[in-house]
Amino acid sequence: MLTTRSETVQIRQTSDIVNVRQVVRSWCLAIGMGLVDLTKIVTAASEIARNTLDYGRGGTMLIEELRDGIRAGVRLTFVDEGPGIPDIARAMTDGYTSGGGMGLGLGGTKRLVDDFTIDSAAGAGTRIAIIKWKSR
Amino acid sequence: MSDLSSSNLSRVLHARFDEILAAWVSQQVAATRRASIAESDVRAQCGELLDAMRKALGGPGRDDIQTPAWGGVRELLQRVSFSRAQQGFSPSETATFILSLKRPLFEAVRADSGNNAEALADATWAVTELLDQLALISMEAYMRTREELIARQQQDMLELSTPVVKLWEGVLALPMIGTLDSSRTQVVMENLLQRIVETGSDVAILDITGVPTVDTLTAQHLIKTVTAARLMGAECIISGIRPQIAQTIVHLGVDLGDVVTKATLADAFKVALARSGLAVTRMKSAQGPMGSTSPSAR
Ligand SMILES: Nc1ncnc2c1ncn2[C@@H]1O[C@H](COP(=O)(O)OP(=O)(O)O)[C@@H](O)[C@H]1O
Ligand SMILES: [Mg+2]
Repeated sequence: MLTTRSETVQIRQTSDIVNVRQVVRSWCLAIGMGLVDLTKIVTAASEIARNTLDYGRGGTMLIEELRDGIRAGVRLTFVDEGPGIPDIARAMTDGYTSGGGMGLGLGGTKRLVDDFTIDSAAGAGTRIAIIKWKSR
Repeated sequence: MSDLSSSNLSRVLHARFDEILAAWVSQQVAATRRASIAESDVRAQCGELLDAMRKALGGPGRDDIQTPAWGGVRELLQRVSFSRAQQGFSPSETATFILSLKRPLFEAVRADSGNNAEALADATWAVTELLDQLALISMEAYMRTREELIARQQQDMLELSTPVVKLWEGVLALPMIGTLDSSRTQVVMENLLQRIVETGSDVAILDITGVPTVDTLTAQHLIKTVTAARLMGAECIISGIRPQIAQTIVHLGVDLGDVVTKATLADAFKVALARSGLAVTRMKSAQGPMGSTSPSAR
């Protein structure tokens, strides 16, 4: 798997979430991703970016264009140095929220993407990477 | 800046503080002929900053403006740059604040060095280096403020007001456009509830054709709006859910419950009319180019 292009986007305020969605949208359009997959990954990015801001006290998103043979896709890596997630299984459970949300952001994102990895621990910040491949 | 040259600079600042300040203020006043900034403010800003510089140069860490010793200077400078950016000053007008200190400082170190050419060269270099670094800090603060202003303006545009339209007696429509995930949503929702009461409507159509992304926060706002409208005695129909949005909502696991959803605003309108016992039919007599459909009592 090869990274052909990458960029880091700041997530510090609400308007940055709009920016995250716009960046992801334009990168996915650039590799010719279809409307359904595009909507899924943009929505997933919106979910994780908001968690980064609301729970992780802000952070960054690294966006990478991927090539794997003839496959093309994007990987989004969200990093924050916030309080971390003490119990990942519980946080991933549909309906669990420690704020006033719907508690569907993490679980929903996992269902919207092709690959989902999460690294987090209490006091150690959170790192979430998601991949969406362009369907052939 | 070496420790030696910062200690020399510190000495000059102590010895010639008032002289430097007076020269700086008059430079400023000459450079920024703007009604928006009072001379007394300029004097106060210059005085505070020069005093902070004198303190920073007097202690440990004085040779590096990134150290905590320079924290007070950086903060004051950022504050001045911030307020100038907000008042619409240009970048050069803003940078002038700190850069116009160059000449008074040069003159002071020249007077201080006497005939020692080497000391003068060193001191001049130290002043140049210091003020250039401070000017960069000023510019960064200025740019950041301008960027924030622009971001806020863009945000405002994305959140253009969402009018509540009365489509028919008892039927309201809320065509939503832009992002739905900020404090504006609250205003939009209150607006709708208000209009429901005013018009005594029993159906409200929330059209999301113009909403590019429906994530869980957007969905939560929609559900809250529907629930609140229900409490006011009105049923909501959500229209404009495009196929890709519908799929995404399902994957997210969002349950819209018993909310009626329709693909288009027109479909939703038909449902709303039917609820009031009305229907849209084509009139037999009107078949020319102006032939139209018009709602009529069944
Ligand atoms: N970046 C993060 N840092 C710390 N905690 C997080 C982070 N992201 C998610 N969480 C935790 O996981 C929970 C579930 O997140 P999510 O599924 O997006 O639901 P919601 O955002 O509605 O609370 C959050 O309520 C929060 O406790
Ligand atoms: Mg969330």
